[in-house]
Amino acid sequence: MDYVLVTEQFLNGFQLGIILFLMAAGLTLVFGIMDLVNLAHGSMFMIGAFVGGTITLVTGSFILGVVLMIPSMLVIGMVVEMTTLRTLYPRDHLDHVLATFGLILFFNEATRLIWGPEGLVVPLPALLDGTVALGAGITYPVYRIVIITVGLAVALCLYILVSRTRIGMLIRAGASNRTMAGALGVNIPMLFSIVFGIGAVLAGLAGLIITPITAAQIGMGEDVLILAFVVIVIGGIGSIRGAFIASIVTGVIDTMGRSFLDVFLLLFLPENAAESAGPALSSMLIYVLMAAILFFRPQGLFPPKGAG
Amino acid sequence: MEFKNPANILTVMVVGLCAVVPFLAPALGEPFYVIVFARIMIWAIAAVSLNLIMGYGGMISFGHAVYLGIGGYTIGILAFHGITSAWVQWPLAISTCALISLIFGAISLRTRGVYFIMITLALAQMVFFLSVSAERYGSDDGLNILARSDFGVSFFDLNDKLTMYYTIFGFLLASVFVSWRLIHSRFGAVIRAAKSNDTRVQAVGLSTYTYRLTAFVIAGVMCGIAGLLQANLENFVSPDMMNWPRSGELIFMVVLGGMSTVFGPVTGAFVFLMLSEILSTWTIHWHVIFGPFLVLLVIFARGGIAGLLTPGRTRE
Repeated sequence: MDYVLVTEQFLNGFQLGIILFLMAAGLTLVFGIMDLVNLAHGSMFMIGAFVGGTITLVTGSFILGVVLMIPSMLVIGMVVEMTTLRTLYPRDHLDHVLATFGLILFFNEATRLIWGPEGLVVPLPALLDGTVALGAGITYPVYRIVIITVGLAVALCLYILVSRTRIGMLIRAGASNRTMAGALGVNIPMLFSIVFGIGAVLAGLAGLIITPITAAQIGMGEDVLILAFVVIVIGGIGSIRGAFIASIVTGVIDTMGRSFLDVFLLLFLPENAAESAGPALSSMLIYVLMAAILFFRPQGLFPPKGAG
Repeated sequence: MEFKNPANILTVMVVGLCAVVPFLAPALGEPFYVIVFARIMIWAIAAVSLNLIMGYGGMISFGHAVYLGIGGYTIGILAFHGITSAWVQWPLAISTCALISLIFGAISLRTRGVYFIMITLALAQMVFFLSVSAERYGSDDGLNILARSDFGVSFFDLNDKLTMYYTIFGFLLASVFVSWRLIHSRFGAVIRAAKSNDTRVQAVGLSTYTYRLTAFVIAGVMCGIAGLLQANLENFVSPDMMNWPRSGELIFMVVLGGMSTVFGPVTGAFVFLMLSEILSTWTIHWHVIFGPFLVLLVIFARGGIAGLLTPGRTRE
């Protein structure tokens, strides 16, 4: 095997992991704090891509698209929370699944109505279009490096936000004992709206930064959503640290599996068997990983302290 | 008695309608409705099977449609290789579903609550992606089935429209009967008790895991039968029949009709599919209406149709 290809695929996997983390962080926050199963998180990914993409095409600046997407998604997320999801907190998980499933149908179709069925192609900003030499004969697209950097920066900011700031303290207080925090004067409904808004911004950011590579499409959030579910199940629901580690692991294993599993199988199997089994097995790889982890640790790798 | 409440009268009307549609629809000049009703009945079988574990056992499987796919694909793949005898196809489809649901159940039942929802979803998606990557069997485009299951006898031929229709109808009645008998048996009592208090049932000395797993496999097989019927009816299988929105729709049919009621899923499937049929003739963007309708249903109509029609009944 060629180490240049291996390094490239590893970085691609890392980049997928970053996208997954941006999705999973919001999901796991919303679940850990509000105990809400939110399938519509994938819709936030899609809406972020379409809204940010439209701003980019209108203004001609991708940076402006990203910057203006953030308040838009914050507002959209908070409106969704206030109008619909708020009534669901006292309900059971089944009601969450059903109502947010209804929301997905609505958002997908609404997007089709507004932007048409073709989706949206957002060009790569000229500044970021190109490759950079990483040394030792490895070149890598600048834009993907930007994605990785942005993702790591967001992860760091999120860590600081949750563990070092006043709002983070309130979030943690709300998560561990909602009633007590409320009794001490914390505006719990507002706090929940803000958390949901932050989750929507993170999902929207993930959707928007991937758009120059894949184009914005209807239903683009759903595959990512299911991967993000796998991630938070592996990482332990409610744990941001778990979500980060599990995202990177999942992203790398999925990408490496798709590229090299057939080569690996050649060591054990005849050529035609390896070539047909490779793609099938690699698409199952992370699910097998998840099943294996859950078999030994039903609460995931990093169950948050104090959670049941 | 249970039969006197309006929800059950509605179900009897739906089932009665299903029984006469092959004669009624052509007489009214709408022969298309025969196939619509055949589809509704297949979904109803799948919904009945999901209700068994979700309504009575509290196991919210978000990947139940995978057994539709496995049942259907077993028929499709065997037919692709020229094996069309029903005596080979059907037992093989049923045992494949039993085996897969045993494996999936053994893994997912180790978890609870939201983990269970997500792991059933992920396992189902795994099979979905497997079918998408199976180029030999049509990948995304699906697999055409050239011949329906062959029972080898002249008086029972699935190519005959009426035979096909009433076979499905028979399986629907059988699935409702089986679920009714199961729920009112000792086994059903344990499943329901485990839903309300797992620890107490274990304290009595019963392994709730084994009981749940058994129920999970029964539901998987029942849904697999719906899948093999669907493959025969449509002469076509595709990954889409086990994609996750199908599982979501199944959950909706059960909840819409009324969870934990024997007949609820049948009415639920009927109302759900007729509603989508009607809405989709109004506008191609019918999901814009349907999505919010589902949200409102969850918020305001707990207990589904059975709950609305039965005064004083709320969801357990």
